[in-house]
Formats: sequence, structure tokens, C-alpha cells
Amino acid sequence: MPDGSSSVPDSVLHRFRAGDLDAFEALFREHQRPVYGWILRMVRSTAVAEDLTVETFWRIHRAHDRFQPEYPFGPWARRIATRAALDWLRAQRPEVELTAQIADTLPSASAGDPGIAAEIRSKTTLAFGRLPPSLRATAILAVVEEQPHKEIAAALGITVGAVKLRVFRALRLLRKDLEKQGITP
Amino acid sequence: MNAQDENRIKQFLKQTMPPVERNAEPERDLWPAVLRRLDADAPRHAVPWFDWALLGGLVAFAVSFPATIPVFLYYL
Repeated sequence: MPDGSSSVPDSVLHRFRAGDLDAFEALFREHQRPVYGWILRMVRSTAVAEDLTVETFWRIHRAHDRFQPEYPFGPWARRIATRAALDWLRAQRPEVELTAQIADTLPSASAGDPGIAAEIRSKTTLAFGRLPPSLRATAILAVVEEQPHKEIAAALGITVGAVKLRVFRALRLLRKDLEKQGITP
Repeated sequence: MNAQDENRIKQFLKQTMPPVERNAEPERDLWPAVLRRLDADAPRHAVPWFDWALLGGLVAFAVSFPATIPVFLYYL
């Protein structure tokens, strides 16, 4: 999905737009994994990512008649997934997010550095949880997941410049919060 | 905030929240859950509008011409 390419033929896209359930299933099978992975990167919880993947495809099905088959399905699905994940992030209280318990269940590419002090990790987690959801999502995708700014911009419906600005604002707020907690970068 | 601070904060973030593996996938098939969600969203016991129109017409007819009710009942 990252480049929006798909092995699904155009006829399937047209049938999906017309409301064909088989075509929708074909698209689901093709895009389930990348949509799930994208959401997981934002919400950092496998159980929540699964629920939001279902929610995303439900929204996709509901919006089938607004899909334009001449455009790729992947980026459209990712925009809807991003909105679903942001809705979830906005509905959460900061203190229940990104806890160590949740982080430990993540299928991570690499484990966290055991050398970094547990105190710094917990305070960084706390400070990150206090960021506005839109900044959190942008920072995690750009800094932690190192996704291309162009893809993040497309998924969030903003410009690349706005992505860079959000990352900068997120890092600045994090620094201030950490300083308040007694940690000087 | 200088570049050094920025890099340090980025480092804190990466160490606190390691990136998700590239090929992460759900532990179960989510298609049945999507179908259940679609099914839950579908209107239940939907009666077509023309059925309601027919019923309304019959009621109006019966009220206007009560003498025809036994005839209707006979043919039911």
C-alpha cells in the first residue's frame, strides 16, 4: 500500500463503487494488512488496531459510492484509517494511552534500549500522551516510524510543510514537558 | 530548540516507543468482524414503503365503506 499500487484489477474497483460485496472483500483481503499496520503505528495497541481496522473497512464500505476508481484504493483507505485512528486517540484520556503494558505487546522491529533509564522512558511516555492527538500521530509516524513526510501528509490531508511544523511543535512541547518533569535533554 | 535538543528528544521517543515491525499483521482474520459490523448497520425489519401504502389504502377504504369489511374477510 505505501505506493498505492494494487494487484486488484480496475473492474473490482468499479464493482466496489457499485456496492458489490465480493469486490469489497477482494479489496479487504488486499489491503487489510497495510491498513492494520498503519493504524497500529498510530495507536500502538494490537487489540485497538484490530478494532479500528474493522471500523475503517466499515467506513470504507459506507463511503463506497464516493470512491473514485480512477484513483488508487490504498491512499484513500489510509486516509480513512488515519481519521478512525485520530478519532480514537481524541476519545482517549492521556493517562491510559501508551502504557508500558501496551507497549510490551507490540510487534516491534527492535526492542527498546534497556540502557535508557526507566524513569526517562516513563516520563517521555507521559509527556507524549499529553500532546494533542494530531501532533502525537504526526510525530509518531514521522519520528518513530520514519514514514515519508509525503505519505503522512496525504494520510492526514495536510501539506508536507504542515507535517514538518507539527513534528517541530510536538518535539518542542515534549522538551518543555520533560524539563518540567526534571529531565533536561 | 537547537538541533542537538531535537535529536535528543527524537532519541528519547524512539527508545521509548520502538517502531512497529514492517510486516505486522492482525492475529485473526478480521473479515467476519467486518461482516458482523455491516450486518449490525443494516436496517432491521425494514418494510417497503409500498406495503405501508397498501395497508393505509385498505384501512382508508374500510373506514369509508365499513359494509365491505365482511366481503374482504370472506375472501381472505
